Amino acid sequence: MKKVDKETLTGIFYEMIKTTSTTIPLDVYESLKKAYESEEKPAAKKQLEAILNDIEIACKRGVPICQDTGTPYVFLELGEDFPVKAGIVDSIKGALRKATQEGYLRPNAVDPFKKKNSGDNTGRYIPWVHYDIVEGDELKVWFMTKGGGSELPSTLIMSTPLEGFRRLKDGVIDTVVKYGPLPCPPLIIGIAVAAGGDIAMSLAKRSLLRPIGQRNEDEEIAKMEVELLNALNKLELGPHGFGGQLTALDVKIDYSHRHPATFAIGIVTSCWATRRSSAIIRPDGSWELTSKHIYCNNGSKHIVG
Amino acid sequence: MVNEYHLRTPLKDEDIKKLKVEDIVYISGILVTARDEAHEMALETLGKGQSLPIDMKGLALYHCGPVAKKVNNTWRIIAAGPTTSMRMEGVEAEFIGKTGVKMVIGKGGMGEKTAESLKKHNAVYAVFTGGAGALAAERIKAVKEVYWLEELGIPEALWVFEVEEFGPLIITMDSYGNNYYKVRMDEIKERGERIKKEI
Repeated sequence: MKKVDKETLTGIFYEMIKTTSTTIPLDVYESLKKAYESEEKPAAKKQLEAILNDIEIACKRGVPICQDTGTPYVFLELGEDFPVKAGIVDSIKGALRKATQEGYLRPNAVDPFKKKNSGDNTGRYIPWVHYDIVEGDELKVWFMTKGGGSELPSTLIMSTPLEGFRRLKDGVIDTVVKYGPLPCPPLIIGIAVAAGGDIAMSLAKRSLLRPIGQRNEDEEIAKMEVELLNALNKLELGPHGFGGQLTALDVKIDYSHRHPATFAIGIVTSCWATRRSSAIIRPDGSWELTSKHIYCNNGSKHIVG
Repeated sequence: MVNEYHLRTPLKDEDIKKLKVEDIVYISGILVTARDEAHEMALETLGKGQSLPIDMKGLALYHCGPVAKKVNNTWRIIAAGPTTSMRMEGVEAEFIGKTGVKMVIGKGGMGEKTAESLKKHNAVYAVFTGGAGALAAERIKAVKEVYWLEELGIPEALWVFEVEEFGPLIITMDSYGNNYYKVRMDEIKERGERIKKEI
């Protein structure tokens, strides 16, 4: 049997990056379109119209949806028998370099001390890669390009356990109110409760991968997601701060078991242009997208993935 | 009442006087981009008594770091949505006064210092839909020039774009000192306090 190698992986990751940058996930598109159709406030409707126009132009011309093509986050579920292991990050870096050269990504990796842009979206700890090693021989990949403007409001609250859920709810409302139009609403909010600050932020970020409308399997958590989503949409911040019914597209909550004395709350915001994709790669190098996107070919729109 | 205007650069004083917060504008003509570092470099240059590579009087300033690609020696703008304007708050008032730009375009709105400068110099601030980089690029017809590319890199350089019907732009700060986002955010803050008590 043919075995997947680093070069093949680079090609697959390159295709994934292209898809992530130029076509919006179907769940995000459909939520925006639904909001556009029912929005009555003219300024908010105008913003949603511009957003939908932008999405269509990007997919028709195969260009990035937003000029801030984000920071690359990669989440891997690596089967222990998958042929390539240590070389995976090299392959991702190769794909990022090529995608930058081809204009699918803007160079966004800056050395904070030397103030130098690496020019190719790779650098120290960039891409940020999270691994889970699992049984099996396949590689599952989730790719997210996370915009910088919508990263600014991200908040960590180190609460005591007794105040935990109160501070979580207040924290979500306060974060969205404080930053207003800056993170490009309508937003997706990722939240996590965890033992430590690092775990909370990481799980909150990862929760953004869950498609819009897909609730947490735990009933109690699902109820809180809906409660917070409804509360945020009563703010009337609306698309880019111009009012109307849609401030948040969704709220996602995740958790780790916590220490008896800690209640870390991570809150991460993502813009309307939430860009993510996922794929499954088999040991022979065959692969497919497992996320759905809108995709335009010769002017006609259809769904891939 | 909200009006829609289609304007051409150089913007005249009477064009600016017509515009009120919440008005919708589409602009044709010349846009000059500058974000953090280009603002700093422009003010440094002017501070030394030197002139800028382009006269910005009556033009529109755009807070933007584009994705650009050179094809056969010609620059192609691939995506060019706005960046967060508030980062320029410390320097924008001086920039408006010294360059004579009549419209500042970005996202998220700006603060009191800029509002005062806009009023004093009869200029406005408008929002272009954040994130809509492909839509913006579609309305950019040509790159006239690019300055400081070597020193600052693609996102930070001073790009001179020729645009056609660039928009929709929504005026959020007018030449009369009104600041739409400030009023709105005060309302939303109050609403937020009420909502927190319900959950």
